[in-house]
Amino acid sequence: MASVDHQMSNPRANPADSYKLFGIQMPKVRMICLVAGLGVAIILPLLVTNFAVFQMTQVLVYAIAVLGLNLLTGYNGQFSLGHSAFYALGAYTAAILIDRYEVVFYWTIIPAGVVCFIGGFLFGLPALRLDGLYLALATFALAVATPQLLKYGHFEEFTGGVQGIDVFKPDSPIEALTADQYLYFFVLLCGVLLIIGAWNLVRGRTGRAMIAIRDNPIAAKTMGINTSLYKSMTFGVSGFYTGIAGALGAIVAEFVAPDSFTFFLSVWFLVGMVVGGLASIPAAIAGGVFILYMPNISEEVISIFFGNDPSAKALIWVTFGLFLIFTVYVVPNGLAGLVRLFIMKFARRPGE
Amino acid sequence: MDLFLQQTLDGLATGAIYASLALAVVMIYQAIDHFNFAQGEMAMFSTFIAWQLIAWGMPFWLAFLLCLVLSFIGGMLIERIIFAPIHDAPVLSHIVVFIALTLIFNALAGFIWDFTIKEFPSPFPSQLPFETKLIGPHELGVVAITLVMLGMIYVFFKFTSVGLAMRAAAANPVSAALVGISVKKMLSLGWGLAATVGAVAGMLIAPKVYLEPNMMLGILLYGFAGAVVGGLTSPGGAVVGGFLMGVLENLAGTYVIGSELKLTFALVVIVTVLLFKPAGLFGRVVVQRV
Repeated sequence: MASVDHQMSNPRANPADSYKLFGIQMPKVRMICLVAGLGVAIILPLLVTNFAVFQMTQVLVYAIAVLGLNLLTGYNGQFSLGHSAFYALGAYTAAILIDRYEVVFYWTIIPAGVVCFIGGFLFGLPALRLDGLYLALATFALAVATPQLLKYGHFEEFTGGVQGIDVFKPDSPIEALTADQYLYFFVLLCGVLLIIGAWNLVRGRTGRAMIAIRDNPIAAKTMGINTSLYKSMTFGVSGFYTGIAGALGAIVAEFVAPDSFTFFLSVWFLVGMVVGGLASIPAAIAGGVFILYMPNISEEVISIFFGNDPSAKALIWVTFGLFLIFTVYVVPNGLAGLVRLFIMKFARRPGE
Repeated sequence: MDLFLQQTLDGLATGAIYASLALAVVMIYQAIDHFNFAQGEMAMFSTFIAWQLIAWGMPFWLAFLLCLVLSFIGGMLIERIIFAPIHDAPVLSHIVVFIALTLIFNALAGFIWDFTIKEFPSPFPSQLPFETKLIGPHELGVVAITLVMLGMIYVFFKFTSVGLAMRAAAANPVSAALVGISVKKMLSLGWGLAATVGAVAGMLIAPKVYLEPNMMLGILLYGFAGAVVGGLTSPGGAVVGGFLMGVLENLAGTYVIGSELKLTFALVVIVTVLLFKPAGLFGRVVVQRV
């Protein structure tokens, strides 16, 4: 009984926490990784060129979008090929607020997120009746139709039609930082807040409900979980994250135009999620890194073989596709799965 | 009234293309319970092969037939090499692999034939032997070829033993295997047929929309819409749905929404049908046993 009481008094005690990796306790390992990661994220942009900072900012933006998709697919088991639509909605909300209403850029992030939350929630409502595959189809249709909707004549007054909207990069109010670095730290702050939010969401009661719905919707319903509410709510939250990513992306890229938000943007998010790993928050960052740097790296490799032939650039996407198939076959849980395997192999129980 | 008739007939011609794609999608859906998101890009790639054969000096119909054979083999190979190993994998793995295939075919076509727009010849005479303003010769030819193809597929599934075996394998793989049908072979055969039907659709639409790697995305969306409207469990329904979508697209474009929102129209149709009549017009209602 005593041991039971002991466990009851600390309901969060996780048996895996008593494991040791190379003689260090698991919670400590996690702490070290976190601090090291944050340290790199803070110090590195002070040392590299402005362009590299710009790229790192893009990585964070993609990571936030991938995180949004992962909340939906990884934790709740709903598929979406339509996240480019939410990204576009966020980007346009921010761009219109900045361009037409002269709102300061940091006040556009939350409205963009809220608009996308509502958009996601509303799209999630019909999605309740659609099982996995049908949802993928409906969201596919959404993604394919998005650029056309953005170009639509009657919205042109706001969206700028085919031309899109120019957004001007904010100047840095802090003298020690360049505009790129300032923007980077702003995006980093948003990213950290969103990650903490996602972390708390999936660890708590809500997260358990989301995961239960993913693993067995009928059992979840029997246990008294309001599946409809949670599913459309998750869609909303996922839209919120992706919309914020879109708003940040618009500010970073200084430009929004319909053809940046095609179906293939949804595909990038999907690639980032799958390569990073489902149902893992750090994986979203790995996914962001992958979708930004992988095209550059494969471009370098391809230019070694084909020189500067412009149509050879298409091979980048062939590499992407092959990489995806490879991931599904060999590491279905993505990079996060690999890390888990590594830990399982080397972690030791105390006294072992 | 002339405009209405003209638009309807023209819609039937594009509808024939949608019907073919819808049929291809439904054939694969019946066999493996997944939507082939790469169907459009596969058809596009086949069309490029035909274009290349014609550019090498082959007569149209020979190139057409050779392309169908190659597409058939290609479809079977895709099933054997890529989908057979992940047959029991979760839904997401399938979706990801379909998306990967879309990327690969799209980019590969761009790499081999580059992204510039190409003219694809129409095999039909430029003048009809009789006088009419209602339908063009190409449109009439498209409808005719599609109907012939659909008829052949119907006869194949209804009256040949292989067709029967394929239907059995799709309806109940376990029992089919027990009576000696090789379900694996039937699956590959289904993929080959679907790729062939898609190739026909690609080659028939290419003279109208021009040939380029991104030509099929919108058309595939309409194909999906056709399949959903007709019912994903009913090949005949999918064909009807495809024709219906072609006509609806034209009529809605002429009288209601204009040409700017055609894809949005397909989105609305798909979502509406999935919401209110998920089985489609002709599909069976699938009941899940817990």
